[in-house]
Amino acid sequence: MADRHDEARPDESSQSKNKTGTRFTRRGFLKGAGAGAVTAAVAPAILVSEAGKAAAQETEGVMSATVTLDVNGQSHNVEVEARTTLADALRDRLEITGPKVVCDRGECGACTVAMDGKLVFSCMTLAMDAQGRKIETVEGLADGDNLHPLQEAFIEKDALMCGFCTPGFLMSSKALLDANGDPTPEEVREGLSGNICRCGTYPHVFEAVTSAAEKMRKGG
Amino acid sequence: MQQKMKKVKITIQEDGEPKEIEIEVPDTGEGGWGDVSKNRYVSKSHTRVDAVDKVTGRAKYTADIKLPGLLYGRILRSAHPRARINRIDATRAMALDGVKAVVLPGDDPAVFSRECRFAGQEIAAVAATTPEVAEDALHAIDVDYEVLPFVVDEDAARDPAAAQVHGDRANEGESRVGEQGDIAAGFAQADVTLEASYRCQVQSHIALETHGTVCQWEGDKLTVWASTQGVFSVRGELAGHFGIPETNVRVITEFMGGGFGAKFGARKEGVICALIAKKAGAPVKLMLTRKEEHLATGNRPSAVQHVKLGATKDGKLVAYERSNYGTPGVAGSANIPGAPYLYEIPNYRIEQTSVFTNAGPMAAQRAPGHPQAAFAMESMMDEMAEALGLDPVDIRQMNDPDEARRNMVAMGAEHIGWKTRRSAQPNTGNGRIKTGMGVGSCRWGGGGGRTQAECTINPDGSVEVKCGTQDIGTGTLTLVHMIAAEEFGLKTDEITVGIGDTNYPFSGGSGGSTTAASVSPAIKGTTMLAKLELFNKIAPRFGVEPGELVASDGNVFVSSDPSKSMTWQQATAQLGDEPIFFHGQWLPGYSDSGVPGVHFVEVSVDTETGLVKVDRVVAVHNSGLILNPLTWASQVNGGVLMGIGYGMYENRIMDPATGYMVNANLEDYRLMGSTDIPEIDILRYDEPERGVIGIGEPATIPTPGAIANAIYNACGARIREMPFTPDKVLSALAAVQEG
Repeated sequence: MADRHDEARPDESSQSKNKTGTRFTRRGFLKGAGAGAVTAAVAPAILVSEAGKAAAQETEGVMSATVTLDVNGQSHNVEVEARTTLADALRDRLEITGPKVVCDRGECGACTVAMDGKLVFSCMTLAMDAQGRKIETVEGLADGDNLHPLQEAFIEKDALMCGFCTPGFLMSSKALLDANGDPTPEEVREGLSGNICRCGTYPHVFEAVTSAAEKMRKGG
Repeated sequence: MQQKMKKVKITIQEDGEPKEIEIEVPDTGEGGWGDVSKNRYVSKSHTRVDAVDKVTGRAKYTADIKLPGLLYGRILRSAHPRARINRIDATRAMALDGVKAVVLPGDDPAVFSRECRFAGQEIAAVAATTPEVAEDALHAIDVDYEVLPFVVDEDAARDPAAAQVHGDRANEGESRVGEQGDIAAGFAQADVTLEASYRCQVQSHIALETHGTVCQWEGDKLTVWASTQGVFSVRGELAGHFGIPETNVRVITEFMGGGFGAKFGARKEGVICALIAKKAGAPVKLMLTRKEEHLATGNRPSAVQHVKLGATKDGKLVAYERSNYGTPGVAGSANIPGAPYLYEIPNYRIEQTSVFTNAGPMAAQRAPGHPQAAFAMESMMDEMAEALGLDPVDIRQMNDPDEARRNMVAMGAEHIGWKTRRSAQPNTGNGRIKTGMGVGSCRWGGGGGRTQAECTINPDGSVEVKCGTQDIGTGTLTLVHMIAAEEFGLKTDEITVGIGDTNYPFSGGSGGSTTAASVSPAIKGTTMLAKLELFNKIAPRFGVEPGELVASDGNVFVSSDPSKSMTWQQATAQLGDEPIFFHGQWLPGYSDSGVPGVHFVEVSVDTETGLVKVDRVVAVHNSGLILNPLTWASQVNGGVLMGIGYGMYENRIMDPATGYMVNANLEDYRLMGSTDIPEIDILRYDEPERGVIGIGEPATIPTPGAIANAIYNACGARIREMPFTPDKVLSALAAVQEG
């Protein structure tokens, strides 16, 4: 992962060595890497200097702009910086807090949202890159008061404990069933492999997804 | 049928002193919960009452709280494992547009020290209008460090010549000794004596919601939203720190994203948030980053155990000697249970120490010390069984004083097919993938107390129950609804429940597997006695004694003549305009402590790559009376899996050369994921007559030991160091091949 440059050590205070504020941050890196760095699986060597330059600018003044985000069918204007992630724009600016920030580097899936029907980690997506895309979060899963069959199954099978990972698991589960209405147990596990649950409720999540798939096939 | 009453002793506080008094309560039968078979809720599965909020994204966790004018706080942390701060200058940070406050070491020496003892120690904090500006501000604080020698490895730290973590004492603390009998005489009786060393790594907690608070001051009154396992512990610490009465501090935890033992009290980050909110004159949200979680919010200490065990040739354990040490980082204790784990051994001596290192401090983690103790003891039991030519199950049964656990071992063995499906000889499979089976056990205390509750029955029939506990993901809120609804014969959604708020009656922290055993007797007792007050008032209308009334299915009726009946609302309308209000507390007789647990495990070992896969776990657990089997099973699953994570994958890696944790994230710190999850069969060993007993901790303890034993059974490689990663499996296999 390219973003390892970011935090190779706990150097939030490395200014003692470097008075200019030049350091590599993930956000700085994303900014340097430019648009489309969703999961940023790129060769780091070339981009390090870019990231350094970008980071150096952080403390000299930041560029912000108002972007329009289409979230769950509603249009929102929101002021963001170039480096603001979609997760932070949704959560801090729009108070759409279903997507959670847990690892903040695309490893745990808690911030998962759909963008034009494709799953992305919203912590690894720049808000500016989400302009003009259709963004779906867990808040858009139910149809008014009618829960999605997956939501019903998660409740019934107790596929949630503290619930912090649940929005991400639900978005991944929905994408899985949208693509494959009759997944095998292995396909369910594969489909959810981008999401982490620390309470350890995976067995109940598998049951819930399988049960919802069955119900949806029967037209429920 | 007249309601039987019984006397129970409770402890109340009188003039600040505990005082025991006797009160009379309805006698509800053995274990306090009576015959639960006809219950509508208690002992029956119930989905979580807050599940809709959780699946729709409506649930607001501390991390989700937004207030008008909210600022974002961040903590600056030491860049060095050991250093002295000569100068710290926030001029550039304060000049940044959007930075509203900075706190430096001089602002509160009780929070910040200029002596940095681990990379990640708190040294300053900022509050700014956006998270991005707050991050910029951290980088704009200039720190001049005097870098000092450090040590992060517990073995190196034991050397008297090693850098000293604390100036005033040695790295290795005083020994704690536990002993019984005469070990020399014991070993003299032994036909076989084995010696081995076992090593357990440091494990991070990794609650998905990071530690953090939102703090809002109004004058000298403070409101705090906290991701905590104990709202009252947060209140107490903040009131103490700021020198204000506890009544001035309100702590709220409505939804909480996991704790696992590391979220008690306000902690440094909570105090810092309140401090900077005060300085900024605005509410501040300060949620830690994932990296800060790994560095500074606690961990399970390591354990290195040198074990010597003696047994007679028929398998009776006669002597045990253990010396162990571990590192709690810069503070705390790495002690593990101080007697031989689980088994009766007449002669033993245990000596243990904690070794300070320049790493983040430990915190209690799910069954502190037990998984480490269980891993070594249960591994050694299998090694002894093999040396004596005994079956591992048989040697356990022979030496285990706990009858329930012996029964549970037998249950699990039967279920998994121990005698029929397991090869008694290790490494008998053909091909590169070998399969095997292992067993491991545990004990845990738990128990309940320290909880108050109040119940209001309004004349319109509405019922409100309040209790200042918190639901950390275990389903406590649902239990409160279930118990109250059962008592009043109402539906769970007809009870209004308030928890997670210090404005409600006191309850202790959610830890030690004590929450269900603390909260449920308090709710049971409070609602039962509130109901009795109601019956006292309305019994004359029925022309019967209060004890003859029953509340069930939305009605109140005479037990001997159900035709004499009123609806619940008709009954409560008899109150006129004055509600019933009852403040109650935890009562004895509805809960118990002390439970065994047993895990059987099946694994596959790829003998070419060293990869181990846990295929199946049979988990046998005992919670006395299980209040909600659905959420109980989730707790067991979670415990089993956290144990697999500890045994197989998780490991805090400190670089001895730089003193930094090199995997303070979620990709290099390996957690198990969906493709690693085994099949889990949960077996209940019910003892409802004991009342409620917690499950969170026993469910995690036995797993690593059982896996190690299964790996040995599969391929003949004895892995004595966790986690059981491919390199260790391959090395052990190579050692076997070399003979």
